[in-house]
Amino acid sequence: MGKLTPLSEILERQYSFVPGAVLGTGCAGCGGGIVTQALARAIDRIHISQDNVFIILGVQCSGTQAAALGYSMLNGLHGRPLGYATGLKLFRPELTVITVQGDGDAVSIGGNHFIHAARRNIDITTIICNNFIYARTGGQFSPTTPTGAHATSAPYGVIDRPFDVCKLAEAAGATFVARGTSYHAIELVDIIEKAILHRGYSVVEVLAQCPTSFGRQNRDIMGGGSGVEMMKWMRDNAIGIDKARKMSNKELKGKIPIGVFVDRKAPEYTEEYWNTVKRLQEVK
Amino acid sequence: MKKTERKILLQGNEAVVEGAIAAGIRFFAGYPITPASEILEGFALRMPQVGGAFIQMEDEISALSAVIGASIGGAKAITATSGPGMSLMSENIGLAIVEEIPCVIVDVQRVGPGSGMIFTSQGDAMYAKWGTPGGNEIIALAPSSVKECFDLTVKAVNLSERFRVPVTLLSDAHLGHMREVIDVVDYEQIEKVDRPKPTCPPEKYLTYDADESGVPAMADVGTAYRSRLTPYLHDKGGVYGPSPEERRFLIHRLHHKILDHLDEILMVEQTMVEDARIAVFAYGICARSAKAAVKAARAKGIKVGLFRPITLWPFPTEAVSKLAQQVDRIVVAEMNCGQLVLEVERASKGEARVSFVGQDDGILMTPEKILATIEEDLNG
Repeated sequence: MGKLTPLSEILERQYSFVPGAVLGTGCAGCGGGIVTQALARAIDRIHISQDNVFIILGVQCSGTQAAALGYSMLNGLHGRPLGYATGLKLFRPELTVITVQGDGDAVSIGGNHFIHAARRNIDITTIICNNFIYARTGGQFSPTTPTGAHATSAPYGVIDRPFDVCKLAEAAGATFVARGTSYHAIELVDIIEKAILHRGYSVVEVLAQCPTSFGRQNRDIMGGGSGVEMMKWMRDNAIGIDKARKMSNKELKGKIPIGVFVDRKAPEYTEEYWNTVKRLQEVK
Repeated sequence: MKKTERKILLQGNEAVVEGAIAAGIRFFAGYPITPASEILEGFALRMPQVGGAFIQMEDEISALSAVIGASIGGAKAITATSGPGMSLMSENIGLAIVEEIPCVIVDVQRVGPGSGMIFTSQGDAMYAKWGTPGGNEIIALAPSSVKECFDLTVKAVNLSERFRVPVTLLSDAHLGHMREVIDVVDYEQIEKVDRPKPTCPPEKYLTYDADESGVPAMADVGTAYRSRLTPYLHDKGGVYGPSPEERRFLIHRLHHKILDHLDEILMVEQTMVEDARIAVFAYGICARSAKAAVKAARAKGIKVGLFRPITLWPFPTEAVSKLAQQVDRIVVAEMNCGQLVLEVERASKGEARVSFVGQDDGILMTPEKILATIEEDLNG
């Protein structure tokens, strides 16, 4: 576990050129701010030039705080961050391109782009703030909302079965897949750092509590309706992946494996593309 | 294609590819669709040869997304599709308008709504302008020859860079697949326009702070400049949540950066209009049939001229108003159920009688059909 730089130092460095950016647009108890700090710390720790960092945001609630960070940034349309990221990364492979998306943004409206980014294994890092709900629009169910949970668009309970974001990413071909939680804030910095350093498509799913839109409607699911109760639930139910792998399905019921699930090497898309270009020009 | 001017036989779709490369396009993203696929295939072959990037995306939504991403990265970037793909690109055209991302979209039009059919049409003339929510200004150009597929692609790229706006090139299934011999000069000699760059130091840079031209400077990414590109209404710094005054300012600037520079954007070809009593208004592939009809009518002693807008959007209102004062009748010929005829009626302000001849079945409009309408008008 790396040393934590005081956040104020990091933000001071980042804020120099961004007038008007504001931190803390979340509701009380939101998990998004923790994800944002982890991202800022991870980038800072890697010491990649901040000039070379480009953040692409979707339309979501819990990750929107990242808009307050001082990097160059594109706020995209709902679900499309990976399209912009793919074009930017392919044309400018030297940039560190990171998308911050919500569960609805990444695996519902942007689901197609998500699986294809994974299939290509393009060197982009996607951080998915999974709060199990469409929070920004007032609490409708998302593709990660547990079956039976309540949502403003599921007053009698959700019938849909949820995605396991990490399994989806792995099956689609992502070469780095990890899960963290907003409770495990310090570990999250390490995970995001590894994801950014990974050469290929990396996905970090972060379970980030939403007391306002999820908790209030589902006090029975994550240990209560408040931010603190939901974080305690994460603390009590998260299990490191190494331990989880030794457990039976029965023992794992209701538990959330966290940690790095997949970390493997495979040809990276932009490298393969530009090698082809280079090869062609040598033939000339 | 190096050094000297030479003649080459090209298909309309291939001419788009070559025009784009000549204009400095170094990024293409697309998704297969008839009748535009030759453009995708052409870039797949040519981009690596010229050191540019090509990618086939998972759909048209991500194709235009990738083009926008690459453009932010500094590339001159383009995509090509047909009507069904245009509908998927609609949302990102809106994003490119409000985030002011230069990009070119080639719409090789096919006929009908939905999946329609793969035959020629001009059914997207209005869609090119109104196909995204919010109703802001874009630019659309309509080539009517293979040579113009080349030249107007160059122009489209240059206009998109100059004004930081998406530019649509409205080709069609017939033009895209038609072959003609064209003269091509050395690509080095072709005029290239680059997006405005900031002259202020990085710490003073605001993403959307435009000078009196209305077009803000676009900083390179990967530098000390920080860009805040946002699809929401924003203030000069790119920050969401502006006041009503700031919103008005932004919306008006997006309009006026185009409308205040019509002299740089509007292109019209007028043939035999000087002494004409009747003008045929036609554009794109249909203007070729119109030209033949005008010649045939002239041979019969009818004083007819051709008014061919090359820029469809912004609409050349003033030129059409002038035309309406000059002639008695305007015959609008277009391969749809009547789209730009509405604009012609608006612009002519009742000064000339406007009649319409359409073709909406995927078949190329014939000169005979237009001639018949000209003569009908004579008798009516």
